[in-house]
Amino acid sequence: MPVKAKPIPEAVPGVRHPMEKYLRTDRLPHIWCAGCGLGSALSCFLYALDELGWDPNSVAVVSGIGCTGRIAGYVRLDSYHTTHGRAIPFATGLKLAKPDLHVVVFSGDGDLFAIGGNHFIHAARRNVDLTILCVNNFNYGMTGGQVGPTTPLEGLTTTTPYGNFEHPFNLVHLAASAGASYVARWTTLDGRRLQRAMVEAMRKKGLTFVEILSPCPTNYGRRNKLGDGLDELRYYAKHALIRHGADPKEAEIVPGHDFLVGKFVDVEKPTYLEMYEAKVRELGGKR
Amino acid sequence: MPGKAILSGVHFMNGDEAIAEGAIAAGCRFFAAYPITPQSEIAERLAWRLPRVGGMFIQMEDELGAMAAVVGAAWGGAKAMTATSGPGFSLMMENIGLAVMTETPCVVVDVQRGAPSTGLPTAVGQGDMMQARWGSHGHYEIIALCPASPQEAFDLTVRAFALSERFRVPVLIMTDEVVGHMYERVEIPAEVPEAPRRRPQVPPDRFLPFEPDPDLVPPMACAGEGYRIHVTGLTHDERGYPDMSAEAHDRLVRRLCDKILRFRDEFTVYEAVDLDDAEIAVVSYGISARVAHGALALAREQGIKAGMLRLITAWPFPDPVVRSLADRVRGVVVVELNLGQMSREVERVVRGKVPVIGVYHAGGRIHTPEEVLSGIEEVQRCR
Ligand SMILES: Cc1ncc(C[n+]2csc(CCOP(=O)(O)OP(=O)(O)O)c2C)c(N)n1
Ligand code: SF4
Repeated sequence: MPVKAKPIPEAVPGVRHPMEKYLRTDRLPHIWCAGCGLGSALSCFLYALDELGWDPNSVAVVSGIGCTGRIAGYVRLDSYHTTHGRAIPFATGLKLAKPDLHVVVFSGDGDLFAIGGNHFIHAARRNVDLTILCVNNFNYGMTGGQVGPTTPLEGLTTTTPYGNFEHPFNLVHLAASAGASYVARWTTLDGRRLQRAMVEAMRKKGLTFVEILSPCPTNYGRRNKLGDGLDELRYYAKHALIRHGADPKEAEIVPGHDFLVGKFVDVEKPTYLEMYEAKVRELGGKR
Repeated sequence: MPGKAILSGVHFMNGDEAIAEGAIAAGCRFFAAYPITPQSEIAERLAWRLPRVGGMFIQMEDELGAMAAVVGAAWGGAKAMTATSGPGFSLMMENIGLAVMTETPCVVVDVQRGAPSTGLPTAVGQGDMMQARWGSHGHYEIIALCPASPQEAFDLTVRAFALSERFRVPVLIMTDEVVGHMYERVEIPAEVPEAPRRRPQVPPDRFLPFEPDPDLVPPMACAGEGYRIHVTGLTHDERGYPDMSAEAHDRLVRRLCDKILRFRDEFTVYEAVDLDDAEIAVVSYGISARVAHGALALAREQGIKAGMLRLITAWPFPDPVVRSLADRVRGVVVVELNLGQMSREVERVVRGKVPVIGVYHAGGRIHTPEEVLSGIEEVQRCR
């Protein structure tokens, strides 16, 4: 059956997005809400890709399921929209089967740290050569705003109608403790800094992790009276403190209080594949 | 020393090891799994062998991850396999569905043990047969093969890789603890042809990743080959783009089923034992079929003309084969290590034409030939 390509919508007539070459423009407009941070996160990623100057045929994006997971569907790259929580093991298989591929996992905080949390800590422990970009919007966006592993205490969600009473994860601390080679956190307001972090993370070998704090005005923002997407960015502007090299333990996020952003970890250690190949060399073989 | 990929010659090995060697001989160079009895010998053998033949072995953190890694590795261009037993098989179900929906060639081995739950970790069972068929959500077709000996475990593993590439579908090896742990003569041939992956025949700008060839199977572009395709478990169109319409969904699900069902003659294998003059037919598979084999001789000593249809392809169920059997015999006995799973299929196909009797045991031990014989006698008495 022939499929009809939709015409590319022009937000501003006659003006094209400079990073259009990396987008599946025939899939636009995207599904995300007005004021959502996902567009900014994606655009930072595309600029980072452009800055790296890599052959786009050498980059693959793997996503799980969620609003963030839809990113895989919009990038004009080899892109895999997998199952909820399994983007990291899928990406692990992909990377190990094709080591010259740059593999980026782009997914939500629920996908990567609730249902997929076990895979994250083990990929970090093994130092698999993956870049993991996690959009943290403090709740499950796609399914209508339920509590997630990063929802702050007292946060209102559809499944914590009386306020969240579960202790949230500090993802920076978690990633650092599990053994990630690179850990950074930025907000979607920090466009250029976020882009820089993505470039560093993708360029670096081993498991690299960037947490992206992002507004979800439709669900978390609305229920917690954070205003629209722009108001949430104003909140970030007011409360985000740049502290490179800070102790990851201090990167907790408590509503109403300042929180840390920056680069927390940047260390060198052999990757899973390097360790494997070293073993194979000991056996006198090649891989 | 780098190892030889194909260990041509005669060996004494168990079914698990034979599966591992079959995989390597077929060109499998990626294996991800999580340890579980009675599968461990497969993983242990591959941990030892794969690094020596240019392959990749990874012990994942669980079976969810193992199955996901196998699907990812297949998109990375590898022939990929995982192996497990019941509890792990349950955990693999969602990503087996992903492989079905994304048409990912891969092989999954289930060395069945006593179940449900942790059941009998070290003892035999055949209770996962329906899970193999319907375990992942939704309606789909999958190919499942049942070896009854280490030699067949080797041969069917090679076959499984070929079928997975031919149909772009996960192929299941549904073996059991006894075949897995049984040591027998295994002959590995001098050469094993590597099944090709169906490659795109047009340049990237004209390639539609889910547009099927006339036989309903689309060519596969793997990562990093310049096709830059999108692959999703969502219902999708020929471009691979999500399409949430009922029409697109029905079209896709039907094609995923038809691409296999239409060509079932290509992969339906079975063994007919003494069926030419048989009045009573035993239908069985895997280790149970070997026990039943012994019962056939006992029945013939008593003057009952018994034969056996040993299913090697369990799924899709060989309806035409069983239907024509029902036209020729007076009764059917189904022997299996569960309380009646494949026998439901037999009954469905036989449609009451002749009596069907089950010789069931929930697992933990294999049947005795006498138990099978009494089933044969019982159906012989039916009028
Ligand atoms: C196994 C499974 N369980 C549940 C779901 C339903 N589900 C889809 S997306 C999602 C949550 C996504 O949240 P998050 O990862 O934080 O991403 P966001 O939508 O916020 O970007 C859930 C629970 C699913 N698709 N699969
Ligand atoms: S629900 Fe939230 S995360 Fe999802 S698109 Fe809307 S604003 Fe973004």
